[in-house]
Amino acid sequence: MDTSILAVLIQDGITTGAIYALLSLALVLVFSVTRVIFLPQGEFVAFGALTLAAIQNGQAPATALLLLALGAVTLAVEAGSALRLAQTRARLLHRLPLLVATHLAAPLAIYAVTRYIDLQALAMPLQILLALLIVVPMGPMIYRVAYQPLAHSSVLVLLIVSLGVHLAMVGLGLLMFGPEGTNTKPFTEMQFSLGDSPVSGQSVIVLITVAALIAVIYVFFERTLTGKALRATAVNRLGARLVGVGINQAGKLSFAMAAGIGALCGILIAPFTIVNYESGFIIALKGFVGAIFGGLASYPIAALGSVSVGLIESFSSFWASAYKELIVFTVIIPILLWRSLTSHHIDEEA
Amino acid sequence: MKALTSHRAALPALFFAIVLALPQLGLPPFWVTLLSYVGLYAIVALGLVLLTGVAGLISFGQAAFVGIGAYTTAYLTTQFGLSPWIGLLAGIALTACSAFLIGSLTMRISGHYLPLSTIAWGLSLYYLFGNLEMLGKHDGINGIPAIAIGSVEFGNGASMYLLIWAVLILALVSVVNFLDSRAGRAVRALRFGTVMPEAMGVDTARLKIVIFVYAAVLAGISGWLYAHLQQAVNPTPFGLKYGIDYLLMVVVGGAGHVWGAILGAGLLAVLSNFLQEWLPGVLGTGGNFEAIVFGIALVIFLQFANEGLWPRLQARFGRRLPRQLPADAAPLAQMPKPARGEVILEVEAARKQFGGLVAVNDVSFSVKAGEIVGLIGPNGAGKSTTFNLVTGVLSITSGKLNYRGQSLAGLSSRDISSRGIARTFQHVRLVPGMSVLENAAMGAFRRGQFAPQGGILASLLRANRKEEAHILGEARRQLERVGLGDLTDHPAGSLALGQQRILEIARALCCDPALLLLDEPAAGLRLKEKQALAALLDKLRGEGMAVLLVEHDMDFVMQLTDHIVVMEFGTKIAEGTPAQIQVHPAVLEAYLGGAQ
Repeated sequence: MDTSILAVLIQDGITTGAIYALLSLALVLVFSVTRVIFLPQGEFVAFGALTLAAIQNGQAPATALLLLALGAVTLAVEAGSALRLAQTRARLLHRLPLLVATHLAAPLAIYAVTRYIDLQALAMPLQILLALLIVVPMGPMIYRVAYQPLAHSSVLVLLIVSLGVHLAMVGLGLLMFGPEGTNTKPFTEMQFSLGDSPVSGQSVIVLITVAALIAVIYVFFERTLTGKALRATAVNRLGARLVGVGINQAGKLSFAMAAGIGALCGILIAPFTIVNYESGFIIALKGFVGAIFGGLASYPIAALGSVSVGLIESFSSFWASAYKELIVFTVIIPILLWRSLTSHHIDEEA
Repeated sequence: MKALTSHRAALPALFFAIVLALPQLGLPPFWVTLLSYVGLYAIVALGLVLLTGVAGLISFGQAAFVGIGAYTTAYLTTQFGLSPWIGLLAGIALTACSAFLIGSLTMRISGHYLPLSTIAWGLSLYYLFGNLEMLGKHDGINGIPAIAIGSVEFGNGASMYLLIWAVLILALVSVVNFLDSRAGRAVRALRFGTVMPEAMGVDTARLKIVIFVYAAVLAGISGWLYAHLQQAVNPTPFGLKYGIDYLLMVVVGGAGHVWGAILGAGLLAVLSNFLQEWLPGVLGTGGNFEAIVFGIALVIFLQFANEGLWPRLQARFGRRLPRQLPADAAPLAQMPKPARGEVILEVEAARKQFGGLVAVNDVSFSVKAGEIVGLIGPNGAGKSTTFNLVTGVLSITSGKLNYRGQSLAGLSSRDISSRGIARTFQHVRLVPGMSVLENAAMGAFRRGQFAPQGGILASLLRANRKEEAHILGEARRQLERVGLGDLTDHPAGSLALGQQRILEIARALCCDPALLLLDEPAAGLRLKEKQALAALLDKLRGEGMAVLLVEHDMDFVMQLTDHIVVMEFGTKIAEGTPAQIQVHPAVLEAYLGGAQ
């Protein structure tokens, strides 16, 4: 192997690793706030990438229609549960305009935009924004409909809910986008050279985006009251409730963030890798492997682990491409060995 | 007694008799095949019931274990022409070894590693099957011979159906037997944390590995049957998707219930079969509609029945029969007890430091047999830390901790319990779904005739009935001793708090202790309950028991104890009889503030 191949492999590894890092961040966030193992994370990756691809091809993305349907269901569930109790019934009338605006009017407006505007002519940042506007609201809506009624159930039940959501979303993905995979257009055609080795502008943009996003997330958790409320919920749900943090709000917010991160990862990865309706799952699972490095609790170690996963993947695809996935997922055994030798903590409550 | 046991077994026996007779009754071959698959799934799901439903350990890797069982026999029988029975043994050995390896890596560290690592495990094994030349890559292995016993060959669908369901029955009986044993009760407690079982002498990490291995072996056996039913294997049915499906069966059927495994497996196999057949006709073939409908139906189902189906059926039709015990069970062997007045616990200059913080600062006191010693002090005085030093939850930094002449320093809480020191918990730690009798029997974990940690095989084979009779007899004796003899069959969760605390004492008594450690036994109790507790402790003292209690309730302590140790800021400030303590200046200052 000469140095130029080495440089390409490292560049590839770091770029995909950075995307895995974002995903692992979202998984850790959702798990610690809601105890949900978020299997559908990968579907947001696919939805983000495929929605953008449709927009770039000048087609109205079918996800806009899905958003409309999901909004209507969420509104019905919200109203239905409010009608059950006398106190909430009285307040429903006041809440209704906002609920209708966010769950019906806004999706309708987005849908109208996708139908009546020449999407291909939009500037790329606007196209990306539109894709995110379509996909991200699905996160909190799915939380409201599928998870919130079961928020107090066991991790196992929440996991099976995740499975149901995952299956439905993969099926819907096939229905909306068909079995074919696509790429999206690269953000830039620029090429740099660093010493002897070429560096694609695309990779640089991905890295900058990921770094910026991680910085934003860091500031959000460290400096804002909402971020602190989420952290409090992760540490102690009951305690957070007692000091007035709404568990449901925290859940919705964490799902919105996870959906946003997922969709953005799809958009970042789609120029390199062909994405189809079901490829998000494996991508997100590699984020899982990264998250295990951090023991599902530490964000920086999870991020570092994900970058290593990206590097391992890129090198093993060069040396033993048939065994690429095998190697990536087997790496976990030495990690666990290391974890079990270094941690002596026995948890009090399982 | 005999009539009752046979009555307990009557319904299941009838059910299985009908199921086994179905092919003879003219069940169409399509259904025989479908039910064969139900049987295969249910064997795997049974292991998951034990692992996930009962013990609360989530594994996505069961399909991979099925794969190991299937590929092992496929490879050995086609490449080397070996008998399927050798394939079975090799498959069991291989699944057990790999489960042991993964279990040892993940079970000793906290909670969520197992589910995540089994995801990775399931995926990597799937890719391994699909890429190995010797296993036929993604095409798999064909031409696997049929299983035969002598000249009887299980070649056709109906005979394999019988074999599969026979194995399922054996697996079900073994799991039921196991859950109804000394180790099984400990497994049922795992879901609620490891501190209580450890304090009763259970090596929880080892027990978790044992059930993980057993669940994997069941999966491996199912894989063996699958390979010889299909006479071909390929990687697809051993992927992560199927690993998740097995969990799904368990949750839909009812996670903590063995019959839920069969119900869930049956429901899922039949439902997915018909969804695949009917939905494309109804909705068209443009998309993967069965996945969409299935996913949405699953979410809706869980909103209405997140416990699964079996508990609902049971609540509607079933009733729990009271447990009958042989009246003549001989008592368990007891350790020799100290003479009244003998010093049994000596704490000398005990010290505990957390970094720079001295939580217990060279505290000394002793406890005699037939004496109740109270450990009191304001909040943050170091009482609980002292208590945790004696129970082995925390390790001592320096100083001496002697029990009947032997040092306790460095021992784990399960070793300490086996020496005759039993404890209760400040926040009651019972297994709510288990009966009062079974909860009390947890205390006698180390007193069975099988080796302290063994007896797993004996319990699977139900060879442990004598041990069970001894242990449950002891539990009943202790419950009668504390006055809960009428409530033995009630679930522990249905008791009032006062009764639950008394039950914790009965459980502790089952450990055959000479020293009882009680952590705030009167907290949260009503006056009557406190009086009953005081009367019980007084009675135990009369029988020669030594008691050390941490307590905030001054009336309770002053009326009951013989000797009081007062701590403040980690240091012992006074010690003496209740009368002396009540007028001790240092104590008055600590509690009421000094009069400057």
